[in-house]
Amino acid sequence: MTSPADLSVVEREPSPEELQFNDLIAADSRIEPRDWMPEAYRKTLIRQISQHAHSEIIGMQPESNWITRAPSLKRKAILMAKVQDEAGHGLYLYSAAQTLGITRDEMMQQLIEGRARYSSIFNYPTPTWADMGAIGWLVDGAAICNQVPLCRASYGPYGRAMVRICKEESFHQRQGFEILLELMQGTEAQRQMAQDAVDRWYWPALQMFGPPDDQSPNSAQSMAWNIKRFSNDDLRQRFVGMLVPQAEVMGVTLPDPALKWNEETGQYDMSEIDWTEFDEVLAGRGPANAERIRRRREAHDEGAWVREAAAEYARKQSAREAVA
Amino acid sequence: MSTPGEMGTEPWPLWEVFVRANRGLSHVHVGSLHAPDSDMAVRNARDLYTRRNEGVSIWVVPADAITTSDPDAKGAFFESPAGKNYRHAVYYTKSEGVKHL
Repeated sequence: MTSPADLSVVEREPSPEELQFNDLIAADSRIEPRDWMPEAYRKTLIRQISQHAHSEIIGMQPESNWITRAPSLKRKAILMAKVQDEAGHGLYLYSAAQTLGITRDEMMQQLIEGRARYSSIFNYPTPTWADMGAIGWLVDGAAICNQVPLCRASYGPYGRAMVRICKEESFHQRQGFEILLELMQGTEAQRQMAQDAVDRWYWPALQMFGPPDDQSPNSAQSMAWNIKRFSNDDLRQRFVGMLVPQAEVMGVTLPDPALKWNEETGQYDMSEIDWTEFDEVLAGRGPANAERIRRRREAHDEGAWVREAAAEYARKQSAREAVA
Repeated sequence: MSTPGEMGTEPWPLWEVFVRANRGLSHVHVGSLHAPDSDMAVRNARDLYTRRNEGVSIWVVPADAITTSDPDAKGAFFESPAGKNYRHAVYYTKSEGVKHL
C-alpha cells in the first residue's frame, strides 16, 4: 500500500524537452538560443553574462584615466586600442545575453541604477602609470585564466563570445607585463612604483576568482550545467602558479610572505585571502564604486541625444525611401 | 519567425553581422549589434568585428528579417537524410583498392 508520504518523494517525470536538454548537457554539447532550457539555467546565464558585460564596460574607466597621461605616443595608442577592445568585449557579451530574452536597454538600466553587479576589481583607483601595467598583467591575467574555460561553456553564444574575447585579451596581458618590466629596468623610483602597483593589485586580482569553493553556493550547479569547468580555488591556484615565474623574470615580489612551493601537494601554499575586504567592495563600499556608476550614468545620459538623433534620422530616411 | 534577441522595443534595431575573412571565402556570421540604420550598422560592424584585419567585406542583415527553422521540430525536420547513407561516397566499398575512385 502506498501512503501519501511515499507519493511525495516520487520525482515528477521530466518533460521531453527537459530530457533533451539533459541529454545535450550530458553529451557536452551546446545549448542554442531557441532550445528549451530550465528557467534557472536561463537566469543564471543572464546574470553571469550581463555581469561580465558590465565588467568590461566599467573596466574601461580605470584605464581611460591614463590615456591623456600615457608616457609616450606609442603607449597612448596601445592604451586606446585596449580600452576600445574592452568596449567591444562588453558589446559581444551584451549580444550574447540578449539571445536569452533580455534587452540591452534593460541591462544598461540595471547597471546605471546600481542594481547590477560587475567585477569588484574595477572599484579600485589607478593613481600611477604602473597601475596600467599591473592591471594588464594581474587583472587581465586573472580574467584570461577565468575565461579560457568559458570558451567551452554549454551556452553556445556565450562560448563564441568568449573565444573572440580570449584572442584579444592576450595582447592586454602582454602589454601590461611589458609596462612593468620596463619600469623594473628603470630608475629606483620607477622600480618602486612598479612594486607598489603589484602590492596593491595582487590580492584583489586573486579575489577575482570568487569566494573559496566551500563558500561558493552557485558553483556546483554551474559546473553541473557545464557553464563553469573548474572551481574558483583551482583556477586561483593555477593563476598563482603562472604568476610566480613571471614575477621572477620581472624582478617584482609578490606580496605574500607565505607563498611557497609545496613539493607534496605540487602547488603553491599561500596566505588566507582577506575576504572581509572583498565583501566590503562587493557591497558597494569600495574606493571607487560610486564614482564608476556616476561616470557610467553621466556617459549614458550625455549620449542620449545622439541615440535619439540617429534613430530619428533613420526613421526619416526610410520614410523618404518609402515615398520615392 | 524572428531571430532571438530581437525585441522590437529598443530604439535601435538589432543587426546580424557576417564577415568575409578573405577573397574566395564565404561571409560567416560573427555576431550582432545595434545600429539605427544599415549604414551605421556597417560602420559599427567594422569597428566591432574587424579591429584586427578580420575581414575584407561585411554584410549586415536586420535580425528580424531572418527566418529560422522551428527548433522544436528538429528531429522530424531533418529526418529526410537519415538512413540514406548511400548519398555518401563511403557507402560504396566494392571499389576499394581500385585507383582514382
